[in-house]
Amino acid sequence: MRKACINHVYELAKRDERVVFIGSDLGPGLLDEMKAEMPDRWYMEGVSEQHCVGMAAGLALEGYIPYFNTIATFITRRCFEQVAVDLCLHDLPVRLIGNGGGVVYAPLGPTHLAIEDISIFRPLPNMTIFCAADADEMVRFMDTSLDWPHPIYIRLAKGGDPIVSSPEHGFEIGKGIVLRDEGPVLIIAMGAMVSRALDAAELLKARGIRCRVVNMHTVKPLDTGLVDELAADSDLIVTCEEHVRTGGLGSAVIEHLSDSGQTGTPVLRLALPDRFPTEYGSQDSMLETAGLQPPQLAAAIEVALSRTTATGTGKAS
Amino acid sequence: MNDALQHEAFVTDTPPLDERSLYLRRLVIEALEGGNRGHVGSSMSLIEIVRVLFDDFLNYRPDEPRWEGRDRFILSKGHGCLAHYVMLVDKGFISRETLTTFCHQTSILGGHPEAGKVPGVEASTGALGHGLSIGVGMAVAAKMGHRNHRVVVVTGDGEINEGSNWEAAMSAAKHKLDNLLLIVDYNKLQSYGPTYEVLDLSPLAKKLEAFGFATLEADGHDVPALRDALHKLPFTPGRPSAIVCHTVKGKGIPFAEGEATWHHKSRFPAEQIAAMYDALGDV
Repeated sequence: MRKACINHVYELAKRDERVVFIGSDLGPGLLDEMKAEMPDRWYMEGVSEQHCVGMAAGLALEGYIPYFNTIATFITRRCFEQVAVDLCLHDLPVRLIGNGGGVVYAPLGPTHLAIEDISIFRPLPNMTIFCAADADEMVRFMDTSLDWPHPIYIRLAKGGDPIVSSPEHGFEIGKGIVLRDEGPVLIIAMGAMVSRALDAAELLKARGIRCRVVNMHTVKPLDTGLVDELAADSDLIVTCEEHVRTGGLGSAVIEHLSDSGQTGTPVLRLALPDRFPTEYGSQDSMLETAGLQPPQLAAAIEVALSRTTATGTGKAS
Repeated sequence: MNDALQHEAFVTDTPPLDERSLYLRRLVIEALEGGNRGHVGSSMSLIEIVRVLFDDFLNYRPDEPRWEGRDRFILSKGHGCLAHYVMLVDKGFISRETLTTFCHQTSILGGHPEAGKVPGVEASTGALGHGLSIGVGMAVAAKMGHRNHRVVVVTGDGEINEGSNWEAAMSAAKHKLDNLLLIVDYNKLQSYGPTYEVLDLSPLAKKLEAFGFATLEADGHDVPALRDALHKLPFTPGRPSAIVCHTVKGKGIPFAEGEATWHHKSRFPAEQIAAMYDALGDV
């Protein structure tokens, strides 16, 4: 997915002379072709992320569209003020490409895990937050990113994720995609959790529980229209995210439901716990520890649904 | 002279403030009076710097603030905005009446300057350590577009504590931005007290030089000296330029000069406003 994203910066740069790439001491050879063909639009800065965001703002103020890439947590944790003031306050079309969203960098430990990145950026006015489900969706997103007039945080997943998106669904920033429409359990997922949610839905189907699965690739702005439409006839709403429970996708959904008075349907938030992970391993092992692999999702949903049925809060029969 | 002013002293025969410098300072008092608050010391140390920039150096069109060929001016020490605002009044970007609305609920003039609200303000500043990186981006953009305008960033001295400035400095040197000028308003006093006590910057000019800037030092209240320095730009082709301007915080108001307590003031008694006007020759 990262390759699809970064390589597409070059494709966009060939199409549009406003596109500029900025990296922060990334791996050797990155975008060599772009560097050779358009050296004045390819910048490899040092380990100086705050400066990179400010420099991107200066370029954007002059009409350029900078795509800045480094490790996700170095953008979100370290550069918060630059992102808030230089990008969001000025509402500039800078794209922040964060490698290793969630627990992709599990072996590297908690300094490299972007598990609260969405909750860091979600309160920022003018910010857009995008998490692709797979590499194909990343390419579709990149094409539409060019003319989006606001800053975007692009959260990259691990790469090699199963392809679950398809061209016939189209793509629009801020519009969720219904990938499976069987109700009455509504699963809203983002990023690498979309394929896991689909697998969980399949497991649940074998147990007689039918699910809808929404790929909510844009966490901000949230597709509240789609949430409204689907929540109305759901017995249980489930959010799945590779992110802590606080401030991410689940929070966004709950806030909207509460703000709009739709409090009748139970919401189950499946997310990372409120603690720094203490183990290494892999993304898969860390998700398993957090209970976010498909069989665990299915089990949690089944339990929550049984409670809903027992208390009679469900709407559908 | 107190210790703060003696540290890294830059000894010159500073000429007394002329009528234009006094007039611009009186405009600052109008805003302070209108808003009943403001960064007094931080603005007064900047007056000659912005005066010479706007009178003698920068290209701009007050009736077309976004004119593409303009030089870009970023006041990174946004808390010194009153000095910038009075130049914008003086040059006709904004009206003198606007000045007295400083910090009022619906004013365009806040305690820190905002792009999009104030014509002539390129970037919203106030959070320190942002302006130089933005300036680097603008200067890179100018090089990319083969445009000849220049980018001027003015920082404070306490602001230089922020590490982001040094990240930006290395980048400016790397990209050979000889269209970029950094001016440091080195008044030797930050909010808590003397810079050499809070976090010593000395030797500031040598540090900037070491980070890749072709650097001059000047008396930041000496108008001809500032003019001369600006006319030498770029100091070295292929390198960004810096001028360390040795200034006096609160310059022109004797009871505020070199006094950390005059960094920011609010709720001015009428007699204090009158005393400031008196000091500036308004009789």
